[in-house]
Amino acid sequence: MIQTGVDAVKRGMAQMQKGGVIMDVINAEQAKIAEAAGATAVMALERVPSDIRKAGGVARMADPRIMEEVMNAVSIPVMAKARIGHIVEARVLESMGVDYIDESEVLTPADEEYHLLKSDFSVPFVCGCRDLGEAARRIGEGAAMLRTKGEPGTGNIVEAVRHLRQVNAQVRQVVSMPKDELMTLAKNLGAPFEVLLQIQALGRLPVVNFAAGGVATPADAALMMELGADGVFVGSGIFKSENPEKFAKAIVQATTHYQDYARITELSKELGAPMKGIDVTSMPFEQRMQERGW
Amino acid sequence: MKIGVLALQGAVAEHAAAIEAVGAEAVAVKTAAQLEALDGLVLPGGESTAMRRLIAGANMLEALQVFAAQKPVFGTCAGLILLARDVENDAPHIGAMNITVARNSFGRQIDSFITDLDVQGTKVSAVFIRAPHITAVGDGVEVLATFDGRIVLARDGHLLGCAFHPELTENRYVFGLFLEMVKKSASARLASHENVL
Repeated sequence: MIQTGVDAVKRGMAQMQKGGVIMDVINAEQAKIAEAAGATAVMALERVPSDIRKAGGVARMADPRIMEEVMNAVSIPVMAKARIGHIVEARVLESMGVDYIDESEVLTPADEEYHLLKSDFSVPFVCGCRDLGEAARRIGEGAAMLRTKGEPGTGNIVEAVRHLRQVNAQVRQVVSMPKDELMTLAKNLGAPFEVLLQIQALGRLPVVNFAAGGVATPADAALMMELGADGVFVGSGIFKSENPEKFAKAIVQATTHYQDYARITELSKELGAPMKGIDVTSMPFEQRMQERGW
Repeated sequence: MKIGVLALQGAVAEHAAAIEAVGAEAVAVKTAAQLEALDGLVLPGGESTAMRRLIAGANMLEALQVFAAQKPVFGTCAGLILLARDVENDAPHIGAMNITVARNSFGRQIDSFITDLDVQGTKVSAVFIRAPHITAVGDGVEVLATFDGRIVLARDGHLLGCAFHPELTENRYVFGLFLEMVKKSASARLASHENVL
């Protein structure tokens, strides 16, 4: 007897990604560059987040042709984004055989109240979070992997740092807290009690947690690993840089050797210009993608 | 016994925990110099393509080949692919174990599964994630488990290769098997060293 679509294989797939870099790509050519650089997976999109910002309007699931093209081009796993709460986009991606779905705030939400019930699907999901309440709600819905949100498409690491520190500080709080205080914390965080119990028993989150939203340099990627991320997502940071091949390779190596500073020095030399950044504090509130998600 | 886990990418902590659970010391290995002090090495599950690039980036390929010629190595999933002498539709990497493997041979992630295997009469719960399988074995290679007619666990002398993820379950049978191989190899090395003296 075999069982598919169970937590062990959904969460296990993310465990195999640990220490790795997942890169946004918009076509087969970029996917091959990512794979050759050592990416552990690619996220197939119609536009990278910085271009989604520029284009404005409604951002939706990509044309399935793009996912097909990328799936045919590489042997590493292929992920794709569906809008928050868009049951049909997610089912379409599942039926195509995409390896992981990102229910993502980078796209325009389809539902402003409810996320997908991800435990209903056979395909695993990754979701964004800014704090433990959000992380635990997504786990409660069946997410098999998390990523801290950061602020996508900005090339500015500040929000990614804020969110990862916040989640990890709250995990430490749960782990060290007496059990009789957990229910009130669950109420205050808006977190499912059972998920907090699991975190306390394990001493950590029950799923892998990557960092995302603002990684633009090898040092940025290493910083997120230093702060306790299990790996990194790089969106616009690779293919909006001056030399995507060099940036991709350097970010992969820096993520693995994040405490080897001599190596990061070498990796950072003569890379060319990183993507142009945006100061998040000057950004109008309604343009902040991290505010999407409930 | 001191057993390393190649810590460039993948389920490193899970393998280290399994090694400690069977009573050996686990060491995360990121450089060739760290191989010296080890009695055995685990090539963990992860993404084999990414690990190839990272092994090249860390200048470790030759050191890993030398290690695998002398001391026990256990490859799980991606590690199995790195260890195989031949890889279908791809170039071999460390190439030490006398087997041929096919990558992603059970389908995409949606087809990943968990099942119970019979390993030499012991029931072992096995997690298969975008798993490879062993399509052919050379002379002297022992087939230790099959699933659906496909070889998923085999031993070639001091080399052990596994298509599934024993590190993701609580059953430590496969790690126990590897620890026995490590102990046997260490005592054989000690005996030959004493003979020389």
